[in-house]
Amino acid sequence: MAFTSHLAAIRFGTGLSPRIAPPASPGEMIRALTGPDRIGEAIPMPTFLTADPSLLDYKKATQARNRVRGTSQEEEARDAMRALQRRARITQRQLFMRRMARAATTDDGLRERLERFWADHFTVKSGGPASPHLVAVFANEAVRPHVAGRFPDMLRAVMTQPMMLAYLNQNRSFGPNSQRAKRRGGGLNENLARELLELHTLGVDGPYGQSDVRQLAELLTGMAFTQEEGFVYRKHFAEPGAETVLGTSYGGGDPSVDHVFAALDDLALHPATARHLSEKIARHFVSEEPSEDLIETLTAAYRGTGGDLLVVTAQLLEHPDAWTPELKKVKPPRDFMESALRALGVQAEDLTTLDRKPIDQIFAGPMQVMGQSIAGPSGPDGWEEDPAAWITPQGMAGRIGWSMKVPSRMTEMLPDPRDFVQTALGAQAGEAVTFAARAAETPAEGIGIVLSSPDFQRR
Amino acid sequence: MDRRRFLSSGLALGCSAAASPLLAPMALASAPWDARLVVIILRGGMDGIDVIRPYGDRAFYRTRGDLSRDAVEEGADLGGFYALHPALMPLHPLWQAGEFGAMHAVSTPYRDKRSHFDGQDMLEAGTDQLPGLRIRDGWLNRMLQTVPGIESETTFAIGREDLIVTSGDAPVSRWSPDAQLSLSPQAKRLLELVYENDPLFHAASSDAIAIAEQLKIDREAEETGAEAMMNDPMMQQIRPNSGHVKVARFAANRLRGSTRVAAFSLNGWDTHFNQSNSLPRPLSQLSDTILTLKAGLGPVWDKTAVLAMTEFGRTAKQNGSGGTDHGTGGAMLFAGGAVRGGQVLGDWPGLALPDLYAGRDLMPTRDVRAGAAWAMRGLFGLDRAVIEDAIFPGLDLGPDLNLIA
Repeated sequence: MAFTSHLAAIRFGTGLSPRIAPPASPGEMIRALTGPDRIGEAIPMPTFLTADPSLLDYKKATQARNRVRGTSQEEEARDAMRALQRRARITQRQLFMRRMARAATTDDGLRERLERFWADHFTVKSGGPASPHLVAVFANEAVRPHVAGRFPDMLRAVMTQPMMLAYLNQNRSFGPNSQRAKRRGGGLNENLARELLELHTLGVDGPYGQSDVRQLAELLTGMAFTQEEGFVYRKHFAEPGAETVLGTSYGGGDPSVDHVFAALDDLALHPATARHLSEKIARHFVSEEPSEDLIETLTAAYRGTGGDLLVVTAQLLEHPDAWTPELKKVKPPRDFMESALRALGVQAEDLTTLDRKPIDQIFAGPMQVMGQSIAGPSGPDGWEEDPAAWITPQGMAGRIGWSMKVPSRMTEMLPDPRDFVQTALGAQAGEAVTFAARAAETPAEGIGIVLSSPDFQRR
Repeated sequence: MDRRRFLSSGLALGCSAAASPLLAPMALASAPWDARLVVIILRGGMDGIDVIRPYGDRAFYRTRGDLSRDAVEEGADLGGFYALHPALMPLHPLWQAGEFGAMHAVSTPYRDKRSHFDGQDMLEAGTDQLPGLRIRDGWLNRMLQTVPGIESETTFAIGREDLIVTSGDAPVSRWSPDAQLSLSPQAKRLLELVYENDPLFHAASSDAIAIAEQLKIDREAEETGAEAMMNDPMMQQIRPNSGHVKVARFAANRLRGSTRVAAFSLNGWDTHFNQSNSLPRPLSQLSDTILTLKAGLGPVWDKTAVLAMTEFGRTAKQNGSGGTDHGTGGAMLFAGGAVRGGQVLGDWPGLALPDLYAGRDLMPTRDVRAGAAWAMRGLFGLDRAVIEDAIFPGLDLGPDLNLIA
């Protein structure tokens, strides 16, 4: 099987567009990845420290409330906290729309897909009302800069991002013999160590045992963050002495974050990690049952380059399996909606300037009916890959309903369904959907049927 | 086979990519039992002490402060020791008829950290330890796994959000009343055509269209029957289009057919602030929900038990802003024609300071899982060992609560 432009845009990008040409070759896709992140610059996102509101804003408001607890000013202080929570929810939706606008208007769709893939691999969630918007910030800040870089660098970036440390309780994990535990109590929390081995690197069938989890958890103590500075390493949280993970001893002597980084690098470059990630990439982009040859090719590329994700991605695009005409995967709800907006030629500003209410009505609410919440997946193992998990009766009611209604709301004039079937599907348009687009009674139904068709829903 | 029956037989949903049930209508699946169970998860931590008020406790007025000033006068006395919160007065006739009751001083095994997320996870997982971040198994689903012949339409998880309590390997249907689908006949025909060669899409969309049409028929039937319903004095205060009422109506419609178990959530119980104003709203929603279920179920109400459970109770004492904070022991409410209502079950531990858990919360005297366990044993005849090993690991079922009539 060989490369085709239309398939490239559908399977490895965010879909076809009437205004943006699909990729001309795998080489062009890779070159775009190595170039500047133009859409990221055009539609920027804040960082952990610059987000509005920041966790520091919330910390100050909480402290102010604590100072007036039990007095007549308490209600006012609580109102200030609630106002920040409200702003956080608004920012959450604005950032959701920014990511959607990037996907709908980029000429480098593979970058968006890779960010989605790796952000899902490193799923974080917000633990409270102060930080729902910081999940998108995490993906943009810790994951996106590394999607065409080295996996060890990405691993280091995500493990030092406050949202990861908070989500997997690392900031509440103290060495049992640390100064912190001795003075103020508290102890080890294995959550991050376990997920690091099981989900992020080696994989659940990887060569590790409970003792490795425990030792890694002890090694990770000291990794923390503050609202003012973001990531910090706190020596007085760290368990004294060396730890042995997968047979290698780390640390001893003065605790240092470098010991943690050394272990993270070794885990990132472990052969089991290479295999685990390669299989996951193949499953995500190509098929639920990828060929052994594809997995081996990616694994070899990963191992041969020290986890260079650009080379792994290039190998994926060079492999014949990448271009099998049959579409085996299904777009998750968000990817479906943004590829629909892209096919309809919706402009970025029309998405980024929407208010909270229409965002909820047009996108966040229907997306939840389709099975995906803007808050993220339910656990650290991310969204489902299996098409059957998404294509349920309720999921289909959501997808069909959205397809029939939203396009007229997001465009000034609907395209002619007979043209739209070509715009949206190109060479992938099947006979049935081409016929149905022509036979529909109204433009809205014609567009709705094209968008609801398996030809469009799959990739 | 009439149209309604035909459509509801098309509700075999879920993962099976078999031919569309619309094209291959079969007889209604024979459910393993005739009894109905509705589980309502009350998210946020319901203050059991304020809902079922133990005014007969000598420490009650002293402990509760403003929250209890007119505990009996504004609500209803429930037999000399407890009183019902005024916002639940629409349910008082059910209490008197033995169709509404409570179990007091109960909790999950969750202790001390008092986090909503952890507390709800534990309540829904039904385990005796925190289930971790990756919970795939809830106790209702594990119950279904122990019963042969379960079909996906046996159980409905209703609402937009994930319900851990119904998650797991046993097939469960999900539907949100927000999912609406109104298609022209031509659009339906053309969709049928584009899905023809894709079994996964074909099965799911056929089911979606069947459910949506069933809902439309239900709605039309309700509109015709709306007048009758509005004349029902119990239903007069209920706004038929609010979200929770739609959920309850959907549940009742399913349960009248081949569905046996339904689960959904009611939010808004986290009353840290000005509780006398903030608690009536979720209580009214709960009351609307139960009354809508009763009205919608008709004769099936007699075979139905509704359990309303929350992740934890709230502090015994009022906090500095007229509310209560996260606590431990609380109340489970139950309703239905199948329950032995009109009573408050459980051992009351007392509200005096030494009787409180950690000097602040109502002391739990019974595992809330025992309430659900005895209800399911009464309704479905489940084995004691199965309950203690598979459904609620680590639970000691304890003496029979006689919750089911």
